[in-house]
Amino acid sequence: MRVDDLADARAGDKGGTLILAVLPRDARHWPHLREHLTAELVGRHFGPAVAGPVTRHEVPGLPALVFRLPGVLGGGVTGSTALDGHGKTLSYHLLTLELPGDAVSGTAPGREPEPA
Amino acid sequence: MSRQRPGPGPGARQAPVRLGAGSGFAGDRVDPAVDLAERGELDYLVFECLGERTVAAGHARRLRDAAAGYDPMLEERLRAVLPACRAHGTTVVTNAGAANPEAAGELARQVAADLGLAGLRVAVVTGDDVLAQVRAADPLVWETGQPVSAGDPPVSASAYLGADAIVAALDQGADLVITGRVADPSLYVGPLRHEFGWAADDYDLLGRATLTGHLLECAGQLTGGYFADPVTKPVPRLAWLGFPFADVTADGDATFGKLAGSGGRLDVRTCGEQLLYEVDDPSAYLTPDVVADFSGVTFSQLGADQVRAAGATGRSRPRELKVTLGYQGGWVGEGQISYAGPRCLPRARLAADVVTERLAALHGIGPGQVDVELIGAGAAFRGLAAAGDPREVRLRVAARVATEERAQAVGREVEALYTNGPAGGGGARGAVAAQLAVRSCLLPRELVTARVVMREAACG
Repeated sequence: MRVDDLADARAGDKGGTLILAVLPRDARHWPHLREHLTAELVGRHFGPAVAGPVTRHEVPGLPALVFRLPGVLGGGVTGSTALDGHGKTLSYHLLTLELPGDAVSGTAPGREPEPA
Repeated sequence: MSRQRPGPGPGARQAPVRLGAGSGFAGDRVDPAVDLAERGELDYLVFECLGERTVAAGHARRLRDAAAGYDPMLEERLRAVLPACRAHGTTVVTNAGAANPEAAGELARQVAADLGLAGLRVAVVTGDDVLAQVRAADPLVWETGQPVSAGDPPVSASAYLGADAIVAALDQGADLVITGRVADPSLYVGPLRHEFGWAADDYDLLGRATLTGHLLECAGQLTGGYFADPVTKPVPRLAWLGFPFADVTADGDATFGKLAGSGGRLDVRTCGEQLLYEVDDPSAYLTPDVVADFSGVTFSQLGADQVRAAGATGRSRPRELKVTLGYQGGWVGEGQISYAGPRCLPRARLAADVVTERLAALHGIGPGQVDVELIGAGAAFRGLAAAGDPREVRLRVAARVATEERAQAVGREVEALYTNGPAGGGGARGAVAAQLAVRSCLLPRELVTARVVMREAACG
């Protein structure tokens, strides 16, 4: 089961730091993400690009998780020569992360949930 | 039909204020803003047009031409929306003054006169240009940990101003407020403070207002832009994405909407994503006005494309202001070429090796300066994912160098692969661009003085 089976993600940049927000598509999947999608696991998924401690904040009212990954964007949009200096495409790299734990019921990859 | 202006003065208002998002970045679309201006019954239309790099780039243009430095799209935007804004009593607020708010104000008065909008009151906010203060105070640069004087001299220093000067401009009756570097959400906080007479230290109200500003500041990103995914997050009529507006009450509660008939979607999912966009700590979102706390924010769907936000709070504003320092960053040269079909990835890698070797041997551009990306084979994920067996690959070689001449060598070496490189290379392109580097520092607030100058548009 990948993050993409349970959640959406959005990437933002602050200099060389990549910020990733992860929002479950259905609130029923929040406990699973909260338990398994740790800062350590996300840090490993971004591997050697990370240049400092990865932090995770919880926003239970949405619900959502916010990860801060220092160094992933190198010099950032003004300092890096990479085509996507903002790292806007990297939210979809997070979606490819394989989650530990048993598959969660009621999910289908890429399914749009029923309207509330 | 004209919306009612507040009564005897600032702070008299009780009815909700409607704020519309006219743009989310310098190059944003114009037609959604026109739609809002014409049909949105707005009190305010806000154009957010600045990023760190845009401000520095504006200063670089101003160094070459003293009359330049403001947003190149300002005239087009004003011509498109001012007639409707005037007709409906909508005030325009924008940071499109960028590196030259005075010249932008002059342009705005000319445009208003051309459009027959004599008497339009244009307020220009300055004071964000703090190069002299930075030189004198010599603060530490975040990225280097050294004082500003220890490195190359910056060509620009722009302090993030808050809502104070916008409130002052609106209190003086401005119809159009043009600023330089004002923090994005503050463009929205200013009108709310003016309308409702909120104190500059009522931090819970400012936290709520900052939430509203933060959700609106990227315009289409609240209504399905940067969100749409045809499988997981379908967005109706994305080509005609409507920009959002907010109805804000005197106690700071905000309900977000978009125009009937416009494309896009506005729901708790689009709002949730935008709340966290570029926010690294939701409990401490720093602006010049307030340290806002978004960690308790909740969204509720009131109806189709109608969402209420609640739960933001605030604490005392920071004592120091963030400053963006702009530096000459040399030149970036780049070249791209495509390979497709069998063995496209090894052919692209061979091409990259050829270019890298020749740039080092003939042009003095070492491998450490050269950035090689194999587009279609994992470049976007920066090598973190396996390349797989792509059907086509586009090689991109880029290098940051000191001179324009040397930068041109990068594109030329890639284009020369047509006749000298691996088989089947096509669609080669080269480009060269002057670069600006951006760094940051802090400056004590008392060293920064914002000023407002009001002038009316003359008869056309």
